[in-house]
This record gives sequence, C-alpha cells and structure tokens, in this order.
Amino acid sequence: MKIKRRDFLKGAAGCGVLAAVGQPTFAEAKKKERLPGALGFLYDSTLCIGCQACMVGCKKANNMPVESSDLLPIWENPRDLSAKTLNVIKKFESGTGLNKDQETDGFAYVKRQCMHCVDPGCVSACPVSAMRKNPDTGVVTYNKDACIGCRYCQIACPFNIPKFQWDSAFPQIVKCQLCSHLLPKGEIAACCSFCPTGASLFGPTNELMAEAKRRQQMEPGKYYDFPVSSIDSGKIFSQKAASYVPQIYGENAVGGTQVLMLAGVPFSKLGLPELPEKSYASTAESIQHTLYKGMIAPIVVLAGLFYFVNRSQRDKD
Amino acid sequence: MSEAKPVGGKVFTGPFLFFLVITLIGIYFLAKRFMFGIGAVTNMNDGFPWGIWITYDVVVGTAFACGGYSMALLVYVFNNGEYHPLVRPALLASMFGYTLAGVSVFIDIGRYWQIYNVFLPWYTNFNSILLEVALCIAAYIAVLWIEFSPAFLESKTGTKSKVNKLLIFFIALGILLPTMHQSSLGSLMILAGHKLSPLWWSPALPLIFLISAITMGYTVVIFESTLSSFGFKRPLETSILAKLSLVIPILLVIFLVVRFGDLLMRGQLGLAFSGNLQGNMFLLENILHILPLVILASAKNRKSAKMLFLSACFLMFGGLLFRFNTYLIGFDPGAGWHYFPAIGEQFITYAIISAEILLYMVFVKKLPVLPGQEQARA
Repeated sequence: MKIKRRDFLKGAAGCGVLAAVGQPTFAEAKKKERLPGALGFLYDSTLCIGCQACMVGCKKANNMPVESSDLLPIWENPRDLSAKTLNVIKKFESGTGLNKDQETDGFAYVKRQCMHCVDPGCVSACPVSAMRKNPDTGVVTYNKDACIGCRYCQIACPFNIPKFQWDSAFPQIVKCQLCSHLLPKGEIAACCSFCPTGASLFGPTNELMAEAKRRQQMEPGKYYDFPVSSIDSGKIFSQKAASYVPQIYGENAVGGTQVLMLAGVPFSKLGLPELPEKSYASTAESIQHTLYKGMIAPIVVLAGLFYFVNRSQRDKD
Repeated sequence: MSEAKPVGGKVFTGPFLFFLVITLIGIYFLAKRFMFGIGAVTNMNDGFPWGIWITYDVVVGTAFACGGYSMALLVYVFNNGEYHPLVRPALLASMFGYTLAGVSVFIDIGRYWQIYNVFLPWYTNFNSILLEVALCIAAYIAVLWIEFSPAFLESKTGTKSKVNKLLIFFIALGILLPTMHQSSLGSLMILAGHKLSPLWWSPALPLIFLISAITMGYTVVIFESTLSSFGFKRPLETSILAKLSLVIPILLVIFLVVRFGDLLMRGQLGLAFSGNLQGNMFLLENILHILPLVILASAKNRKSAKMLFLSACFLMFGGLLFRFNTYLIGFDPGAGWHYFPAIGEQFITYAIISAEILLYMVFVKKLPVLPGQEQARA
C-alpha cells in the first residue's frame, strides 16, 4: 500500500482524535439516591398465604382483562406476568413441599410486579421518555402517547417487567404503575389494600426499610405485631415471626428499588436474579456521556474530518 | 480505470425475477403484521423482545452497509485517492443498506405511527442510547442520499458536477455519524446487564462494535466487487482489491487484541470452553475472525481473487455471528423463554435483502456507479 508518509501521519493523527473520543475513561457517574418521598411497598413472603386477593384487586383497579391458562377458561389463573396481568403470585416448591418458608421439603410464595427502581433501566433506555420516574414519588410510569413500541425497555429491565401487546395491531407496553391513578385520591396501591395479612404493605420506602430491618431482628417463633395495608393504617395483625434470610431484596440490587422484599427462602429460589449494586443504567450512561461530553466531542471530530476531506479534495485538483 | 459509467443491459433477468418473487412473499407477511400485530407473524416474545428484524436487518444490515463509511475513511482521512473508484459502488450499497434498515425499524416498532416522537424535543431522552442511534441513523440515511446525488445529476445532465464545499461537509458528516452509531449499537446491549452472557457483555462493547463495523466495511467492498465483476461479467479489480485487503488483517489484529484483552481483564474467557451453545458460538465467531487474518496475512493470497473472496465470506459470516451472539444467542432472559424466528418473520427479512439486491442491480445498470471499462461492450 503506497501511502505518503506525511499523509499517513496526518491520517493517523485524525484517527487518534477519534480513538481518544472513543476511549471510555469510565468517569464514575454520581450514584442515584432514593428520593426522600419515594413510595413503594414491602412484600413479606412469610406473611403471604397465596390467596391472590392482590391479583384480583390489581385487575379491578387497573381494568385489566382476565387471563386463563387452562383449556377451559373457568378460573382466572395467569402463570406469570403478561400484557393482561400486572401483578402475580407465584409459588416455589421443593421436595415434599409441606413446610412453609423452608428451602428443603417446603414452599414459599413470591409476588412479582414492577420494582420501581431507584435508577430504572427502562427510563434510561426509552428514547422518547414514555417511561418516566415521578420526581416526587419515584413511581415509574408509562405514557402510551410518547411510546413508539421499540421494546428497548424490555431489554433493559433486569426483572423482565414491561410486557408488550404482541397480538394487537395498535400495541402498548403494559406494566405496574403502583396504581398511580389512585394515589392522588389518597388511596394506596390496590394490591396492598386488598392484602388481608399485610404481606403487601404500602408506604414510604424509607419507613418500609426501617420496618424490614425491624422484622429481621425478630426472634423466630415469637409473636409480634405486623401492620396491614399501609404502614400508617393503624390496623395490626399479630403473628408468629418466621425465620428470615438475612437479605432485604431491593435494598441494593441494581442501585436499589422502591419495592422491598423479605423471605424465608433465598431469593434466587423465588426466581429473583442476583444483581450487582451498581445499576446497568448508570454504567451505560456514564460510558455514553463520557464519549460524547455533551455533544462537544462529535463537533470537534466533525471539524477535524472537514479539514481532512477538504485537503484530500484539494490534493486531487 | 476510468470514470464511473452505467453498466447497461436488460433489467428483467432471471435473478431479478427470483428476488422479485421473494420480495412479494415478504410483502404478504408484512400486510399480515400490520393488520394483526407483530405476534401474528413473529416468534418474538416478552423474554426476547428483539428478534432477527433488529439483529439482522438493523444491526448486521448497517454493519454490512459500512462500505461507504470505511472507504470514505481511507480515501478522505488517510488521503488515498487511488481507491476513489471503489467509493461510489460502496456508497450505493451503504445507501440501500441503511435505507432498508430504516424501513425495518418502521416495521419492527409497535407504535410506528408515533415514530416522529424521536424528533420532538419534549419527548427526546438524551440519556437514551437508542435515541442517539435513531437520530444518527436517520441523519446518515439523508447524508448517504446526498453523497450519492452526483450520480443522479451526472446521469441527468451528462456533466460531472464540481465537488463543492457543501458536499465536503456532508462527506465529513458521513464519516462522523457511523462512528457514533456503530459504536452505540454496541453500547445498546450494556443495559441488558446480567441477561447478556459475559462473553459479550462488556463496557468495551462500543469500541469492539466500532472496530468490527469498520472491518466489515472493507470486507463488504471486496465481497461486492468480486460478486458484481462475476455477475455483470466485468474484469475483476484484483490489483486494487489486493492493496485494499491489507487493511483487513491489521484491523483484525486490533479487534482480537481488544476482544480477548477485555475478556481476560474481566476474567471471563473460561466460559468459552464450557461446551454449551454460547461457548461454542463464541469459538466459531472467533475462528471466523482468525481464519481470514491468517489467509490475508500472506501477500500471495491477497493477490488471489479466490482467496480474497473466501476471506471476505468468512469475515462477513464472522461479523454476522458476532452480532447475532451479542443480540440473541448470548442473550438469556431467564428460564422458560425461547426464540427462533417464525417463517413469516424470516420472509420479511429475506424480502428486505432481496429488495436491496434488486435496487442495486437496477441502479448500477442505469446510473454511473461502477468504474467504466476501457474496451467497448459487445
């Protein structure tokens, strides 16, 4: 290849600029903290009796269609979250499956819905801000008028929560929005108001965190008071404390979530992924913002390219 | 090698009709998709929300359409005017590749009637990598048509338009935009987090995707030159291709050093030998990168049209597999989710490829794209 030395050096210098721009320096983005007014709920698997009242309440509050997984659609029994089901109770079973909240020969329930992340992947991913995090409550909401249906939110969600209406010609993304249409009326999320045992407990996340920590200090087998519906409802239910695994799911996972969970069996058994403390959104955004430096870098590169192209045209004439 | 000239000849040939039939079958499935929803023709699901329409038509398709970008880098940034005859055919393939990737996005997104929301400032999310990809690709499609416009003007007026300052600006933009979005096509999958195998998930994805895209660009130029010299019965431009092909082993060394350096630094290389589908696909992907490196390292092979074509085939398949691995095969949303493209879904992709070939055949016959030949045609 015959390249004039001088030209090669110039070209290489140009590529050096490109490479410098393309070299992530991994500047640490400031970690997103929980909003002071963050709302969520605490799901305590050991208090859950698997009655699915929360699922009924969720369908009513959000006008969702029934879903049956049987051949004869007599019962409503969705197997998992779907475009028709925003909230689901699932069961873990092992061995004889006789003992509640035991890993061997036992069973345990788990409730799945949007975790309302502190630094949500879906909000970072969405090109048109259809996924938004409420600046006061931190609830992650969806706006169909903005959504283009690209489904990047589904790729980006570590919990596989957003669902897409595959069988519709005019589809939408569907996900739990913590009943944000009820909150301004002074009501709480329907899953929590329908829960008879306090397994789903609504409230400000920081108060729920304190409650979760209180429960982890409890002595298994002894009776304690557990609030029902919402943490400030005043309704109390006295119950034997179970033996909790020493983890509050949602305290740290992917930068933390506003929904917190307690359980008697390891969360991996309940189908919850083991996640790093740093959110993928902050990893991706810090790389991207480092590369682009507020669009200044691309403009500098463009100017450099303009010089090179101009020069090569001059040489040709 | 003289000025670019139309190839001429009949448009309705056997291959033309073949690709036309495929395109028409695809249009049938397309009608179904728009009437009954994406689920009616595809196997995409909530675990695998992106299928071959994104992975092949957009991610692989635009990488294969990097010929114009890579040649522009060589000709304008490294100032190698001798490769200029290869620029226009490469630009044409890029123009179609990108335009059809844009069409594919329109087919793939669920709420296509709101696609203009990406341009509305009150909706745009500047933290979104996909927004950057969308805006860059949209802008680049426009730039490619502008860059190619002299071919239209020459065929209409018969005169060669003088390259003006405005076109120089667009050529520069035509180098910047692919640099941005080809790397961002890698960054996109950083958000997939734990769902993407550590063999592909890496903070270095943008760099790896960019190097691969530039390599794909030169590979495709060699592939297309060889193929169109065969298809249109023209003498092969082997001497210029031999020189050009030296770039590929250099880029491949850089690619492999970054790729394996990154895997070693993250301590994940062991996964390659786990014997499962992901591990084996990783090995195949890298064999398809190493083979052409070995072949093209020899000057003798670079002068052989057969060896050039063979290496180009290996490398195109390797680049394709790298992207399929990153977007589909290495992606595991959890137990119970499976994906394999449905027939209708596949045919829409085949139709896109066929439409691209059809347009390329018409354009080179009617417009001055390929370098003219010295002797008069029979």
